[in-house]
Amino acid sequence: MIDEETGATIPVAPDRPISDEIAISVQELDITYRTTFEKKPTLKQAIVRLGRGKRSVKTVEALKNVSFEVNRGSVLGIVGHNGAGKSTLMRAIAGIVPPTNGRIEVVGRTSTLLSLGVGFNRALTGRENVILGGLAAGLTKDELEDRYERIAEFAGLGDFIDMPMNTYSSGMGARLAFSVAVHLDPDILLIDEALSTGDAVFKEKATERMQELVDNSSTMLLISHALRTIINMSTECIWLDHGKLMMRGNPEEVVDAYTEFVHVKKTSATMNDM
Amino acid sequence: MTNPVPTETRPVQVFLPHRAGLPRLVPYFSNLWKRRHFAVELSRASMRSAHTNTFFGQFWLVIGPALNAGVYFLLVSVIRGGNAGPDFFMHLLAGLFAFNFIQAVMSNGATSVTKGGNLVLNTAFPLLLLPFSALRTAFFRFVPSLIILLGFFIYFDYFGAQSQACDAVTGVCEELNTIHFTPIMFMAIPALLLIFIFAAGLSALMASVQIYFRDTTQLLPYATRIWLYLSPVLYYADQMKPWMLKLEILNPLYPLLGIWSETLVEGTIPPLTWWLGSAAWAFGSLFIGVFFFMSREREFAVRI
Repeated sequence: MIDEETGATIPVAPDRPISDEIAISVQELDITYRTTFEKKPTLKQAIVRLGRGKRSVKTVEALKNVSFEVNRGSVLGIVGHNGAGKSTLMRAIAGIVPPTNGRIEVVGRTSTLLSLGVGFNRALTGRENVILGGLAAGLTKDELEDRYERIAEFAGLGDFIDMPMNTYSSGMGARLAFSVAVHLDPDILLIDEALSTGDAVFKEKATERMQELVDNSSTMLLISHALRTIINMSTECIWLDHGKLMMRGNPEEVVDAYTEFVHVKKTSATMNDM
Repeated sequence: MTNPVPTETRPVQVFLPHRAGLPRLVPYFSNLWKRRHFAVELSRASMRSAHTNTFFGQFWLVIGPALNAGVYFLLVSVIRGGNAGPDFFMHLLAGLFAFNFIQAVMSNGATSVTKGGNLVLNTAFPLLLLPFSALRTAFFRFVPSLIILLGFFIYFDYFGAQSQACDAVTGVCEELNTIHFTPIMFMAIPALLLIFIFAAGLSALMASVQIYFRDTTQLLPYATRIWLYLSPVLYYADQMKPWMLKLEILNPLYPLLGIWSETLVEGTIPPLTWWLGSAAWAFGSLFIGVFFFMSREREFAVRI
């Protein structure tokens, strides 16, 4: 499908019956964690604060009693304001953040594409980051060797692949991250705001690849503030507000309810980026 | 695109709340073992990026500790005067190198998780691999300094034998050099192993502390320097003041560096109590470090 405004291709929801098998089951999930106000907590500040009798720790109730199921092959869009718990939900499904209460069952291998990308150590080359990311995700060396060439070729970074990642532009980093995530042959792909990165050529390629994954009945979870993407790509949609599941259903209806709730008109600006 | 895996072969993952703050141990450790190659590759890659594998990088790994030892030798033997024999020199060298290894493990381990950045945020894997990878890196940087030790051993064993102090009146000669290759030296291997295990625990502990206090790495050098002065490295254990000696029961490096230096340099077998003390510190450190790390691990992804 072609976006009238930008002329870019938007992947569309798969036109096929969705399997009855459950891929992800989230049951009464609560996630509470404690974190600090400070960007970089230090012992020095802790001592200073002790003198003043202040505490810097706050408890965040990121998700409250969230339950839903995702069938294999469906694309679940997730909408909600900033801090609604969307990313925490993704992290929980990926197994990065354990539940405080409740239970999550995931059938198959997940691959995460959370907004921050793959390059964790910018002093290392793109190649090293790909290999290390893959090994950490549980792939064997042989599996990675099989995939490495495809990943590098798809990212299209040329000689940059063997350069330290601190020489990359942010778009290049995102391309590599996307390439890794989709080439791990995931059963479940978790995408957090990653579609807006990269240049036009890469976007086209990424879209094609996503469509391929969707058509091959991979399950996909998609967080995006571009509501048009959610409507077009998802087969189903959930709306989170302050950690609570507000609504689940047809993407168009959920997005309508969400936009009405936050009192924004469905202008082209909000549909593309909200 | 490969075809989707048939349902039967798809792994089912179940995520449940941690019990008593700890993840389920059996899957955790089996995952840790399965992904050990990650720790190895990470260590290799970081050594590559630090140019450790180039000729001059390797050269510096040998020269650095040697210069460091030279400085301390100048300080305690030449400037202060006193112990200057080959045996003391070797005690100093062996102790300093082992101490530097522990120090490096602490500082590399401390930043291992905070440096993991996006990987920690985006990938589910046992984070304990990160401080263990730092341990491996520090160990491989320590190995070249063993070559210096070996060089001096060969030198003293071969040339040192002639240096004798003869009493002018009685004519009794005493050999000044006690540095010789002996079979007891092989007992330095278990001693080093205990130091390694001790360091592994410290690495995990420092990594967790660094999450909460990001200035840990800035404060560490001061703490480690004091630790060095309180440990029998720049002097022999029997030169300690009595009140200090009493406190040494609290210092893990007292027995650990003690068995290392005695077996390697002095060629004597340390008393059993030192071995037991060392083993207790080593495994105690590993246990406390690993479990403290694991009990805090669920917070790391939201704190870094």
